[in-house]
Amino acid sequence: MSFDITLTLKRGERRMDYAFVAGAGLTALFGPSGAGKTSLLDAVAGLLRPAEGRIAVAGATLFDSAARIDLKPEKRRCGYVFQDLRLFPHRSVRRNLEFGRREGSTLDWDHTLDLLGIAGLLDRMPATLSGGEAQRVAIGRALLSAPEFLLMDEPLASVDVARREDILRLIERIRDELRLPILYVSHDRAEVERLAQTIVPVAGPGIDAA
Amino acid sequence: MSPLSPAEWEILVLSLKVGGVAIAAALPVSFALAWVLARWRFPGKVLVDAMVHLPLVLPPVVTGWLLLLAFSPNALLGGFLERTLGLTFLFRWTGAALAAAVMALPLMVRAMRLSLEAVDRRLESAARTLGAGPWRTFVTVTLPLSANGVLAALVLGFARSVGEFGATITFASNIPGETQTLPLAIYSALQVPGSDLQVARLAGLSVVLSVAALVLSEWLARRSGQERGRHVV
Repeated sequence: MSFDITLTLKRGERRMDYAFVAGAGLTALFGPSGAGKTSLLDAVAGLLRPAEGRIAVAGATLFDSAARIDLKPEKRRCGYVFQDLRLFPHRSVRRNLEFGRREGSTLDWDHTLDLLGIAGLLDRMPATLSGGEAQRVAIGRALLSAPEFLLMDEPLASVDVARREDILRLIERIRDELRLPILYVSHDRAEVERLAQTIVPVAGPGIDAA
Repeated sequence: MSPLSPAEWEILVLSLKVGGVAIAAALPVSFALAWVLARWRFPGKVLVDAMVHLPLVLPPVVTGWLLLLAFSPNALLGGFLERTLGLTFLFRWTGAALAAAVMALPLMVRAMRLSLEAVDRRLESAARTLGAGPWRTFVTVTLPLSANGVLAALVLGFARSVGEFGATITFASNIPGETQTLPLAIYSALQVPGSDLQVARLAGLSVVLSVAALVLSEWLARRSGQERGRHVV
């Protein structure tokens, strides 16, 4: 299984439960804004500690409250494409891409730049990029860290309409050619239906009874 | 022909030495305090914050007197430092540097704390997902993004150190060639009738020193700002 996740997140009064199993390909978390989709990605990346549960991705256990397993974020080998991108503002595009670079990726440096069409941006600073350019750099940075899986949070959010199709095709190629498991967050039904092999509805938080 | 007399050179060099050593000593301590105040939550944090700010709000003479209580050779801390490290402070330039460091500390902590609080924590978590451990994240993300604050702290601290008067004269005394920095030399010159020119020359020297520090920091800040382009993520 690509993703095998059962967990509970608590934030103050809010309690969010998730349970799903997904096979190969792209798994979309689909639901309204504020339903806790990003929180789940953060938990899978190790940036948010679940109250309890288990997270296994591609056969590796990343978190298991019963077995006291809680891998640090830097050990989880995830390529996280944040909704707000989070490019390092003090580093050029090249040095952003090199930050997490790790050999052994199915995709080498040249191939990645080619696939994303960002070879011409290397010496620019993030502040000078357009939304679509920054988005592709963020995806490139995640891919070059040779991840075992990808987390993508609304990757079309900062892309203008004219560029959406390019990014959609790109995500399909990453899914089909690199065969990386992808956990994908969106609130757009058409986007989800086009990309996903598995759709997980995320309804929203319940109120913690305790 | 040097524009400064040998006595003036001595005062200038001593002031630079005292100021330099003071901020060098205060830098790691104040950065650690700034980090704790910016990032940690613990009971008694208000107390630590108040302690750090004490030298800023106390009369400098009182700070100097407290330093005397703590660091004279027969005091607990002073005696310990003399026995273990051979460090003495009373009537020594090291005492002037210590007084200056203590007086500069609150300003340095404030500047660095503000810049650390301004660092976007989301960038740090991005670094973690890219395989960087906490230390590498600190060196490659947190530190460069707060560098301007550290720089501001150094300049503020240096200016404060070189201008320190009350705590220094109370704690380390006013000894020419040993603890007599620029402000103390100006004070001494003021006590001598007919030394208006000497006072004016020394005052001018301290203005030049302060402006030079300011210009240098401005230049360094601009250079790092240009590298980054506009400040947008």
